[in-house]
Amino acid sequence: MATYEEIFKKVQSTLVDALGVDEEQVEPKATLQGDLEAESIDFLDIVFRLERNFGITIPRGELFPENLTSDPSMIADGKLTEKGLNELKERMPYADFTDFAKNPEVERLGDLYTVEMLVKYVADKLAAAGK
Amino acid sequence: MRWIWIDKFLEFRSGSFARAVKNLTLAEEHLHDHYPGFPVMPASLIIEGMAQTGGILVGEAKNFEEKVVLAKIPKAEFHGFACAGDQLVYEVRILDLRAEGAVVQCQAFVNGSSEPMADVEIVFAHLDNSRANQIFGPKNFVFTRQLLGVLDLAKAQQASVEKSGEASPGS
Repeated sequence: MATYEEIFKKVQSTLVDALGVDEEQVEPKATLQGDLEAESIDFLDIVFRLERNFGITIPRGELFPENLTSDPSMIADGKLTEKGLNELKERMPYADFTDFAKNPEVERLGDLYTVEMLVKYVADKLAAAGK
Repeated sequence: MRWIWIDKFLEFRSGSFARAVKNLTLAEEHLHDHYPGFPVMPASLIIEGMAQTGGILVGEAKNFEEKVVLAKIPKAEFHGFACAGDQLVYEVRILDLRAEGAVVQCQAFVNGSSEPMADVEIVFAHLDNSRANQIFGPKNFVFTRQLLGVLDLAKAQQASVEKSGEASPGS
């Protein structure tokens, strides 16, 4: 069974390759878009690399949910409603909502995608596969 | 000038691998500007040739139903160059293919060398069909007849070889 540290190291090198960033920049709390400057197309590249590097299958929309804000009942005045927030938590069980929930502006959604979130997701996938 | 940066497919294994050739000649206008007195193939056009080889490979895997667009080049390393009179061979392998897109690994070889002169990785995205149709219409602007003609030629040549083989068994 892979340890947290082993998974983190591999996620770190995956992001170094995908985003051309330095290893030191890839800290657990670093956000993919804000801190590591990932663009939307990089998410596809990251999914490809995680699948190859860890031998896992990542179904479409499972790691990076799509159409998050398409339901009008989930948003009001540029913020997620309570219903929206709850649904988002269900769809992103690996994300840390502590900060985001205090001010759930749609524009801050990208902050939920952190290195830590990827590590937790991969750890869960590996555990489910008995690796 | 036609925007086709491969001359012919030498090998095409559906869904996995393709090999295409690009011959460089002084009839190509751009080689006179890049550079005067030193006609070297621009690295960007070598990548374009690889992308066309890989794009057709990825598109064919889904019967050209998807609009395949170059999304990202995570890696491009060049170890040499090719000039007018040289022959480039592009080898492209599909590393991964899924509903959202594909990633391919490409190598370029000059004049039959076994050492690659370039190593490139390309990520392709499948455009969301409903959104792409709204913007561009139903026409597949990626896989034009002109570009697909390269694959048609390879198929025709293959059929011709197979036919001549049938005509003279044991040859």
